[in-house]
Amino acid sequence: MKKLLGIFGLLLAVCLFATWASESFRSGYNIENLIRRTALFGVIGIGVAFVIVTGGIDLSIGSVICLVGCGLPWLLTVQKWSLPAALLAVTVVSVGIGLMHGLLITKLRLQPFIVTLCGLMLYRGITRGFTGDQTVGFGDGYKGLRVLATGKISIPFVQGFEIPAPWVVLVIVAVLAAIFLNRTIYGRYLLALGRNEDAARYSGINTMAMTILAYVICSTLAGLGGVLFVLDVNSAQPVDFGNFYELYAIAAAVLGGCSLRGGEGSIVGVIIGTALILVLRNVVTLVTNHSNIEFAIIGTVILAGVIADELVKRYAVKRRAARALAEESSRP
Amino acid sequence: MPLLEARSLTKSFPGVRALKGVSLTVERGEVLAVIGENGAGKSTLMKILAGVQTADSGEILLDGQPVALRSVHDALASGIALIHQELNLADNLDVAANIFLGREPRRFGWIDAARTHREAKQFLDAVGLDVKPDTLVSTLAIGQQQLVEIAKALSTNARVLIMDEPTSSLSAREAENLFKVIRDLRTRGVSIVYISHRLGEVKQLADRVTVLRDGENSGGLTREEISHAAMVKLMVGRDLSQFYPHAPHRAGDVALHVDRLRTPMYPRHEVSFTVRAGEIVGLAGLVGAGRTEVLLSLFGVTPALGGTIRVNGKEVSPASPQEAIEAGLALVPEDRKKQGVVLEMPVRENVSLASLRRDQRNGFLNQRREVELSAEMIGAMRIKTPSDRQVVQFLSGGNQQKVVLGKWLAIQPRVLFLDEPTRGIDVGAKQEIYKLMEELARKGVAILFVSSEMEEVLGMSDRVLVMHEGRLTGELQRSELSEEAVMHLATGLETTATA
Repeated sequence: MKKLLGIFGLLLAVCLFATWASESFRSGYNIENLIRRTALFGVIGIGVAFVIVTGGIDLSIGSVICLVGCGLPWLLTVQKWSLPAALLAVTVVSVGIGLMHGLLITKLRLQPFIVTLCGLMLYRGITRGFTGDQTVGFGDGYKGLRVLATGKISIPFVQGFEIPAPWVVLVIVAVLAAIFLNRTIYGRYLLALGRNEDAARYSGINTMAMTILAYVICSTLAGLGGVLFVLDVNSAQPVDFGNFYELYAIAAAVLGGCSLRGGEGSIVGVIIGTALILVLRNVVTLVTNHSNIEFAIIGTVILAGVIADELVKRYAVKRRAARALAEESSRP
Repeated sequence: MPLLEARSLTKSFPGVRALKGVSLTVERGEVLAVIGENGAGKSTLMKILAGVQTADSGEILLDGQPVALRSVHDALASGIALIHQELNLADNLDVAANIFLGREPRRFGWIDAARTHREAKQFLDAVGLDVKPDTLVSTLAIGQQQLVEIAKALSTNARVLIMDEPTSSLSAREAENLFKVIRDLRTRGVSIVYISHRLGEVKQLADRVTVLRDGENSGGLTREEISHAAMVKLMVGRDLSQFYPHAPHRAGDVALHVDRLRTPMYPRHEVSFTVRAGEIVGLAGLVGAGRTEVLLSLFGVTPALGGTIRVNGKEVSPASPQEAIEAGLALVPEDRKKQGVVLEMPVRENVSLASLRRDQRNGFLNQRREVELSAEMIGAMRIKTPSDRQVVQFLSGGNQQKVVLGKWLAIQPRVLFLDEPTRGIDVGAKQEIYKLMEELARKGVAILFVSSEMEEVLGMSDRVLVMHEGRLTGELQRSELSEEAVMHLATGLETTATA
């Protein structure tokens, strides 16, 4: 909880600074855009949070986004599939990718890093292959579907600002994810096995099934992210669509309180973490006019955040140990 | 003036006070045995003397002068070397390289191989190890590797050699050879601090014994006073018959029937036995006899290769712990921290972990039930914790073990397996665990426990099964129990006699 407040405070501070430093930052258009991007990135961040909770990692998210994001318009406009068939196909592919990752990691005991690194190369390569490396998009069609990503919901009595539609998707995904992680026995199983897989297994938990489930959730949400991203921008280039997005997602999850050692995670934290990264990116571009140093700044902030978190944690452990000791010695 | 003296050392870890003012003297050229039960503080004391850890308070004197041993390097410079229970050799390097690791004789900045080998030979001779200095360590037997460790310690001009359970993985002949080397070192003026659980060895080897109990000195014995009974009395600090709360049980029907079980570790041997409801059965044997493997197969961790298992007459073949639990089995595993508890989770979530499935409401956590359950188990197991939100990491070993017991009691098993239930637990908590085992047996739970502590086996069991190298070599009723009888079977003597 304290951690959440800390990261939220940082987000507020950065927003305040940006409001002061840049006029374009506080424009309604910019804020709306930031919120829409936060919703899109938030969805994939929540996905990777499940994998991180188990102590794993998924590096293939950006490529899954590419595969689905290019695959959907390609199926619709080039292959002339019907919309339901195309949506079903990308869903099956996303779920199937997660299932394959999970099976390789649990049954064959391969390293998550390696499996998903290969996925990163594989899915982008496949996409560039079947699209012939050509830009794909919806053109003027599918306006109804695109509302999902580009639409706005006006707020009564508020002028000049409307809620971007993807935010609705994010809220639904986040609420479901938070309930799953914190209120169901399966969420508890994921947290337990992330901390200590052996102890979880010895307690009768099917750790393999739970781990596979985490990778399926991750890839499925990456697929959903891919659909939303391509609906948002309308066209996608296989060579770089979704490039590096897994790193944004992982960084957002870590900033939001997921420990890469596993067993720790908060859905609200992931959303705040996502917002922080996107605001930072935005600020770097607007204030410095040097968007090329964006990665350096984001990297620095994340590193600082993780270091601060570790130091606070160590201090807490020390204090707690001292207290436990005092209690022990005060007992007769 | 003693060569090495430690005065009122204290050391605390989160949740445990490992040393509460321990003193110790080591004379020149003597073998001092330091004994005590698990958790008595022996290892911590030795680590402090060897500079691996530093004491919170107290002082250490060498030749009457206070010394600060802040690192292993400091200790080695003062002539104190520790040989760990688990050997610390780089087994991809040769013997000579290991002996001089980090202190290689150099010539113009390059390793002087000829001198390394020549000098290594000298130290190998000193420990009576007849191998070439360029032999790869990985090709040596465990006993030989241990001698390499000693040679390495001697090469640092160690005057005090601390050996932590040096015979735990040695064969009888290797151990004999080691004793010879130790006596030889003693005559050359090296002092040996010898830590062991094996009282027989101590009797054979030690000039003096220092006994620790619960992080304090509980007494010392001179050469003349050393006897098995005297050592046990100081270690346990009370009469054994009172220490173990054993009362005869009225055993009920057969709860667990194991017929020709074959484990992956010993696929060619079959194990058959039964445990009745309300009975406490000990499973004894030396390390590596296959006892843990039997429990792991019964519990579905490493499923059995063959044989039948019946719980209350119903045949089961658990392929996972999940299935074993559904069949009414529970296991308190050997490694508490790795397999028993989730250290970073609070007491409440640890206690409920195995019963979440039973108490669920359509997949959702039943949080009220979880709170009730943990309160109930904290009471029943007498877990000392400030609240059920306390993270298990900060509890003492004994309380952690009670959390594991509570987790299993919550699912009301018919058969409870315990693997080394009191390892690394202080004496008071041990007795509490025994009391809990008693209470469970009285309630009709069938208990099968593995233990390497002879006294525990003798004190707690209604019946003892003994294993040797994957086979059950015998079964002893309570009236037939004695240390000698168990050891006979555990070392396989009985079978060779009848074969």
